[in-house]
Amino acid sequence: MTTTDSPPDAPDASALARRVEEFLAEHDPTSTDPAQFLRERFAAGLAWVHYPAGLGGLGAENGLQAAVDAAFARAGAPENRPRLNVIGLGMAAPTILRFGDDEQKQRWLPSLWTGEDIWCQLFSEPGAGSDLAGVGTSAVWDGDAWVLNGQKVWTSMAHHARWGILLARTDPEAVKHRGLSYFVVDMTAPGVEVRGLRQITGEAEFNEVFLTDVRVPDDQRLGEVGQGWAVAQYTLMNERVAIGGGTLPRESGAVGPLAARWREHPEARTPGLHDRMLRLWVQTEAARLTAERLGQQQAAGQPGPEGSGVKITYARLNQECSSLELELQGEDGLRYPDYTERRPEVEDYGSRDAGWRYLRFRANSIEGGTSEILRNVVAERVLGLPAEARADKDVPWKDLPR
Amino acid sequence: MSAAATTPTTPETGDLLYSDVEEDLRASVRALVEKQAPWDAVLRRTDTEDPVDTELWKRLTQEIGVAGLAVPEERGGAGASWREVAVVAEELGRAVAPVPFLGSVVATALLLGTGEDELLAAVAAGERTAALAVGATRGAGRPVPVTVERQGAGDLLQGTVTAVIDAVTADVLLVPVEGGVAVVEADGDGVTRTTVESLDMTRRLTDVTFDGAPARIVTGGDVAGADVDGALRIGAAILASEQLGLAERCLADTVSYLRTRHQFGRQLASYQALKHRLADLWVAITQARATARYAARCAADGSPDLPVATAVAAAHGAEVALLAAEDGLQLHGGIGFTWEHPAHLFLKRARADALVLGSADHHRTVLAELVDLPA
Repeated sequence: MTTTDSPPDAPDASALARRVEEFLAEHDPTSTDPAQFLRERFAAGLAWVHYPAGLGGLGAENGLQAAVDAAFARAGAPENRPRLNVIGLGMAAPTILRFGDDEQKQRWLPSLWTGEDIWCQLFSEPGAGSDLAGVGTSAVWDGDAWVLNGQKVWTSMAHHARWGILLARTDPEAVKHRGLSYFVVDMTAPGVEVRGLRQITGEAEFNEVFLTDVRVPDDQRLGEVGQGWAVAQYTLMNERVAIGGGTLPRESGAVGPLAARWREHPEARTPGLHDRMLRLWVQTEAARLTAERLGQQQAAGQPGPEGSGVKITYARLNQECSSLELELQGEDGLRYPDYTERRPEVEDYGSRDAGWRYLRFRANSIEGGTSEILRNVVAERVLGLPAEARADKDVPWKDLPR
Repeated sequence: MSAAATTPTTPETGDLLYSDVEEDLRASVRALVEKQAPWDAVLRRTDTEDPVDTELWKRLTQEIGVAGLAVPEERGGAGASWREVAVVAEELGRAVAPVPFLGSVVATALLLGTGEDELLAAVAAGERTAALAVGATRGAGRPVPVTVERQGAGDLLQGTVTAVIDAVTADVLLVPVEGGVAVVEADGDGVTRTTVESLDMTRRLTDVTFDGAPARIVTGGDVAGADVDGALRIGAAILASEQLGLAERCLADTVSYLRTRHQFGRQLASYQALKHRLADLWVAITQARATARYAARCAADGSPDLPVATAVAAAHGAEVALLAAEDGLQLHGGIGFTWEHPAHLFLKRARADALVLGSADHHRTVLAELVDLPA
């Protein structure tokens, strides 16, 4: 979501298409080593074309990326592990671009984009969830490095990650938002311990990360000391679901397997279930059209605040659709596939059992901003209603009750 | 997803935004309505013998041309589309303006499919007002209650239609009969109109009895035959925009009130229980806007997805408008229950609209067949 203006000599769509064609002529994707191919693609500025030249881009318009990706996909070019590195590509990279110095950008962005290095995000803590600015992981300067101690939680990809973006407290005497700094942590450094965190599905998708006297050099700090909250907010802004211009398919999402089951199992139908089925279909279609309209607004340069509502709605629809789908199964709904603790790789929700989906989707209204917090956001930022009363203003972080 | 084999195809969404022309139209309608029919004037009118604001209707049709928007220029209209009609419906819904716009929409949709160009042009110009004589709750596909008797050279109508929308001040009634539509002078011989004391005081219904009323029967011919179900579907698609406008008004009024009123030494708007209800309502309204715009877009372009788009917009819009009006009244507390406050005007319109041209349940039932989710 970089919004830097394109330089006047930035390539347009046809110039980009030509460059992709030339690149593919010089680098046969079927015979070039995949990692090498991706490094060359980055060097040619065809990685993320809206990034600056020298950092994987050409300063082109953001909207031109899709066509470039499509052209590479058509040619059978290797992928850069986009789903495994979703946090690196979606959140860490824009933050590094915005707040990193030249050396940091050159150090981290190439291997991030190629997928050689996976990134994770070390923000939430057992004591700081919705109130993220209350994090207690400490970073203390010790002559030649910052020394980190604390515990992070809900860290996806930590067990694959080489690097993590981390929010820590550098000044416990300051009011909580002002005492934070933002670091990049080497996940292989001594004192970093990653443990799987078992969730209600039985699996361990996420991790707890324990930091014990982890030494982080000062050149791995992003932004100024005490500016960590602003940097973290920028990271989280990029977490918001980016909705593209294309048409979202009808019956995409959790209503898809539900409708399929409805059609395949006439014996399960009752008038009460039928009413619920149709209500969920209507609500899903309404949500789809809302997302489409939001995409059109963004494309027309009139971004609306509708995005805040989209996540609340999708969380609820996922939960209600999977619940009804489970109910349609009758006795089979009482059987669960497998509670054995496992470390799943990237999830394909659609291929999973309804019972698993029912359990997994409970997290949708908690992860990435609870629905309650999002309602506050809508009420305060969209409707302009007064903010919640705050007990933590003007109080040093160390004096807050917890 | 495993459902690929049976998943319905996804029609093109089309433009769901408002054009500059539509926004200009909105501004004109709003300015006129705010001046001519503020809510207290609307409320006062409900206690009079003239439930329809004929002066406002005259200005809307003759100064802005709201009755001719969907009619091609060569047939006497403005050559716009149902998209613009939907924007007008939003504004009139926002004001619960007591004008026969919805009836005009349905009648126009019907006339567009006939060869009745003289009548169509007169309706488009606001010179005459037409109403389709079907019961207000009727969705598409119900039987007709009026019969035709052939007598000498003419056709005479016999029968009763109850709860007709926008017939109070109509000049012409379009009456579905076996094999076509009868065109009847509303104040002609053999027609008795009785205005109903209606739940929705700002859109009063009429019971109409035909006892040997002379009529002209419009059937097919060179132009496509009168499509009553198609006209009712257009009406339902446009009604979703009226519901959107009403819901937006209720939310805006409620937000404004909660910011003003203090209890326990705090603005009511600062209570999280109330903030969250308003946030949920705002989310629902953003969705109603998307579904209403899509239905209007499909109507304007003659999309084959119009039946689905209408069923979704009508089912969703009805419930969102009702939620907005009911929550709006509740959050106003005691003042919202008084006659002298506008909340009941919106409540009554929203409650009635959720039955008009098919209830939400009716539209979901229609949808079940359209998208292959059978009972």
